[in-house]
Amino acid sequence: MIIIFAVFLLTLLVITAIAIVRAENLFVAVMLMAIFSLLMAANFFILDAADVALTEAAIGAGVTTVIFLGALSLTAENEKKVELSRGVAMSIVTATTLLLIYATFEKPKLGDPEAPVHQHVAPWYLSETPKLIDIPNVVTAVLGSFRAYDTLGEVFVVFTACIGVLFLLSAKNPADKQSRRTPPESIGLRHHLIPKVVGRLLFPFIVLFGLYVQFHGEYGPGGGFQAGAIIATGIILFALLEGEKTALAAVPHSVMMAMVAGGALLYTMVGVVTMFMGGNFLDYSVLSSNPVFGQQMGIILIEAGVGITVCGALLAIFHAFAARENY
Amino acid sequence: MELLGYYNYWVFAIVLMVGFYAVIVRNNLIKKLLGLAIFQSAVFLMYITMDKVEGATAPIIQEGVTDQIYSNPLPQVLILTAIVVGVSTTALGLAMVVRIKEAYGSIEEDDIIAKDRKS
Repeated sequence: MIIIFAVFLLTLLVITAIAIVRAENLFVAVMLMAIFSLLMAANFFILDAADVALTEAAIGAGVTTVIFLGALSLTAENEKKVELSRGVAMSIVTATTLLLIYATFEKPKLGDPEAPVHQHVAPWYLSETPKLIDIPNVVTAVLGSFRAYDTLGEVFVVFTACIGVLFLLSAKNPADKQSRRTPPESIGLRHHLIPKVVGRLLFPFIVLFGLYVQFHGEYGPGGGFQAGAIIATGIILFALLEGEKTALAAVPHSVMMAMVAGGALLYTMVGVVTMFMGGNFLDYSVLSSNPVFGQQMGIILIEAGVGITVCGALLAIFHAFAARENY
Repeated sequence: MELLGYYNYWVFAIVLMVGFYAVIVRNNLIKKLLGLAIFQSAVFLMYITMDKVEGATAPIIQEGVTDQIYSNPLPQVLILTAIVVGVSTTALGLAMVVRIKEAYGSIEEDDIIAKDRKS
């Protein structure tokens, strides 16, 4: 039964992808992209990846769509129609697809427990996590402790990308030098009754759910990446409803910058503290006299750092796009 | 039924190449970025497909249950962080597109090239 559902979802995924490429109105394409992400999240869930499904739903369908729409409002909504010679590209793409499909026959089948990927380090993670870290969610354990270096690297990529966006978008527009029009008062969706009422009702629950995902990440699907994205989505919803000015009064730029830098700093400091306490960088066992408790403490701290940085970075990126219109 | 075991990988191949097609054929820069996002999602799908074990459940260990097998947590960790990094890099790309629009007045590749040739 589940396989029929999976095949159905995957087929829809292909159709949506083709529709995105074919759509000439970019607004339609971005909306289809949100559907694509949601379908992808459902597929991830069927494939037992609950954490990844939650991330994809919060980020792919939520934040990415908002950022694309922000960029669309600054550029153009319609794609220019051009007659292109697509023959060469089409044949290259078809040939590569056929080659890739031919190559899949060498791969182990879906769900094969003998596949090489399940033989290496994964069984060790599954058998040792209860003894060494004693938290139920193995994904969080691997993310926060066994592969903490990786996660630190990813946090710094988010940090760097956020700085890049701010760097590109905070410079003044050279074309607009003469017409220094006063920024129009952005009123958001305040005058639309239904978004206002529904949004106001949803906002506290979105933030509450974000906090739950943050602090329950050790026991169920969740963690800093998802929680940061969910809380950022909530605050972006607030900004869309009440106008950017009100949102910036609630979470000013200085707070966002402190979050982006502070989260990454908190993560790194946990590593430095473990070094001073005689362990390796990011080896949390030394944080407490009981190594298992030390591991749990370390994971909670670094997950907090991840959540703060991701939330701050996504908010800063959203506001950078939203503020650009006023220049 | 035997062949359905590969269906995920076929979808991966097709979606990957659909994204690639948008990147190489479409002139619009935002469309290219959408294509890149599709391409990226296809890679995520391949990794997550590999983590599945028949009859297993999500890798969240239940206390007192000993005979349960779990799917592989490692690809999930890799992709979880990759999704977040993906959105930040997409935002960076979009920021560049916005600046290109301001400098050239267009986000169509052929317009930009034509304008560059003129000056």
